[in-house]
Amino acid sequence: MISIEPVAAPGAPLARRNPVAKLAAALLFSFILVATLDPVAPAIAIAVELALLPLFGVRYRVLARRAWPLLVSAAGILVTLVLFAAERSGRVLLEAGPVVVTSGVLLTALGLVLRTFAVALPGVIVFATTDATDLADALIQNAKAPARFAIGALAAFRLVPLLGQEWQAISMARRARGVDAGRNPIAKLRLFVSTAFVLLVGAIRRGTRLAVAMDARGFDAGTPRTVARRQRFTTADALLVAGAVALAAAALTASILLGTYRPLLG
Amino acid sequence: MGTLSGVILRGFGWRHAGRKRWAVRSVDLRIESGERVLLLGPSGAGKSTLLAALAGLLPEDSGEQEGTVEIDGLDPRKGRERVGIVFQDPESQLVMARCGDDVAFGLENRGVPAEEIWPRVDDALRRVGFPYHRDRPTAALSGGEQQRLALAGALALRPGLLLLDEPTANLDPAGATLVRSAVAGALDADTTLILVEHRVAEALPLVDRVVVLEAGGGVRADGSPEAVFRDHGDALAADGVWVPGRTVPPRRATTAPGDLLLTADRLGLPPRLAPTDLAVRAGEALAVLGPNGAGKSTLALLLGGLLPPGGGTLTASAPLAGRDARTPPHRWRAPALAARIGSVFQDPEHQFVTGTVFDELALGPRRTGRPEPEVRAVVDDLLARLRLGALAGANPYTLSGGEARRLSVATALATAPRLLICDEPTFGQDRRTWLELVDLFADLRDAGHGIVTVTHDAEFVAALADRQLTLARPAPAPGTPDGDRP
Repeated sequence: MISIEPVAAPGAPLARRNPVAKLAAALLFSFILVATLDPVAPAIAIAVELALLPLFGVRYRVLARRAWPLLVSAAGILVTLVLFAAERSGRVLLEAGPVVVTSGVLLTALGLVLRTFAVALPGVIVFATTDATDLADALIQNAKAPARFAIGALAAFRLVPLLGQEWQAISMARRARGVDAGRNPIAKLRLFVSTAFVLLVGAIRRGTRLAVAMDARGFDAGTPRTVARRQRFTTADALLVAGAVALAAAALTASILLGTYRPLLG
Repeated sequence: MGTLSGVILRGFGWRHAGRKRWAVRSVDLRIESGERVLLLGPSGAGKSTLLAALAGLLPEDSGEQEGTVEIDGLDPRKGRERVGIVFQDPESQLVMARCGDDVAFGLENRGVPAEEIWPRVDDALRRVGFPYHRDRPTAALSGGEQQRLALAGALALRPGLLLLDEPTANLDPAGATLVRSAVAGALDADTTLILVEHRVAEALPLVDRVVVLEAGGGVRADGSPEAVFRDHGDALAADGVWVPGRTVPPRRATTAPGDLLLTADRLGLPPRLAPTDLAVRAGEALAVLGPNGAGKSTLALLLGGLLPPGGGTLTASAPLAGRDARTPPHRWRAPALAARIGSVFQDPEHQFVTGTVFDELALGPRRTGRPEPEVRAVVDDLLARLRLGALAGANPYTLSGGEARRLSVATALATAPRLLICDEPTFGQDRRTWLELVDLFADLRDAGHGIVTVTHDAEFVAALADRQLTLARPAPAPGTPDGDRP
């Protein structure tokens, strides 16, 4: 089952902020950090992100569970760079047969891992603390996103967990018909592709039915929409966005002052 | 609710773009405000197309129209706020994640002032007897509850005309009763209702007029339920309509059961199915009954060798499995499984793998290594027996509900398994297909096959089953939603 539910404590002061403000804050924070290749700025950013986590009402344990794909990719980056990086500058730290680990390689790898975390964590935090309906509402009301897009995506999103059940049902039906791949990898791939095709056909059919049902209830019929759930963009929300920019800029400034700053471009 | 002066169709017809056949044609009909109409007709007579036209859901560029259709003198495409519609499939008509938001969705679209929305949402939920708070997640509802919510979503818009397109066809009997009582309780005296429903006896308390469409076009019968069924009952029954008061003679086994085929000993899969004992023999039909959430579908998958058991054992006998009798069915290779145990799924479309009806039937025999001339013979025989001959070249996904069901049963039979496991095979079927299924299963049983049917259909059990097993619902873990499979 794919989890799409928010996990934050509902009353946390920053989790309660307008979803568009949270999204903007996360995007700006990440964008500013992308500008540097050094490990210092991302390290400061991660410290800030983790320090603010309680204000978003997310427990560290929950974050670790949500962010495990990040941990996996970090480990992947580390191993790949340490083993295969072409540039082997710096002091040799370890030499075991063909594997030569130098301080330069280790530093580059560390920088990349930290950047991955610093840039991705804000997004993880936003989606862990934001209800999808609230986000769609705020996108329409505060960011002037077209309702056709925001509500349509929301309705489609609701059908995502069903895909897992469908996949299982289709796979079992094929086995019942005498179709299996055994140990043959090519047969396995063909079975995967054809199962995915049936899943896709089913998803399109269901999506079409949903679109007709939405049409029948007057969706996108040209009448100006009203809103049942009001989303407000307040001073506190503006402060959240400003705060995110200020903190990211501070991390960047620190890295420039410490002389570790390496611009992404140029 | 808003009142309506009436619905008028004059020589109405519709042909979907790219189709040769008219979906509906030459319909002349006048329905006055406040009338409650049951719309009947053989499958393919265009009932759903007619409802879509009345709901204004047939865009002008999506097909070709004949004649006129008017609601209050307006083209339905321009008078959409007068009409509400509820469809068959609950999953694909709920839009929002929370129940209250879903009812509010239509009100927002129609531009209802914000301060009026929530009172109207609460009123609509109360009318349909919705038992939960409006913050309840829509995913946590049973099928019957989802359909009541969809009904509330339509009623909140205060339509003068309410269209119900087989709203209970995907529901178990308890869920269907919930939806019908919600319809009965929620309608104002001046709301016009047009209902499409296979199960006539259950629908009759809701209506005062019956209109029967002819398969080739036009209206065959129109009048009070008594008059229509008195004058046209036999012909309607022959066309597959469930005319009330017609019983089916049961077909019991004529010989004693033969070899033991499959034995389940404390077979279970927590939390979906509690430990269950059963034995199936050749030449008998066993019906598995029980409420929603009792794990009937799970049991069917376990018996079909499609799921590994979570507890207990499933043992195939030597007459069923030969040398493989020592391994449990879920470990068999798929071709061996298909040749011994056939499974018919609740949703036929999940079962289809190929692009034509012919290939679909040939797949199993080919996978089990039968020579091509033999495959042809098996397929031709099945095409004839299940009235699919004219459709041999058709794509399985384009079949009607009854055709798809017959094909899904035929595909399971193509490998000639000794044991057949069926999950709700009669679901949503018209009377004609239903009778064919009873006869087909009875013939198979009398020819020495074992048949296990998971079903809610009491009439089917009465007509076919030699034995019954009723599952109880396992104690639910707190916070888990009801099983959403009927």
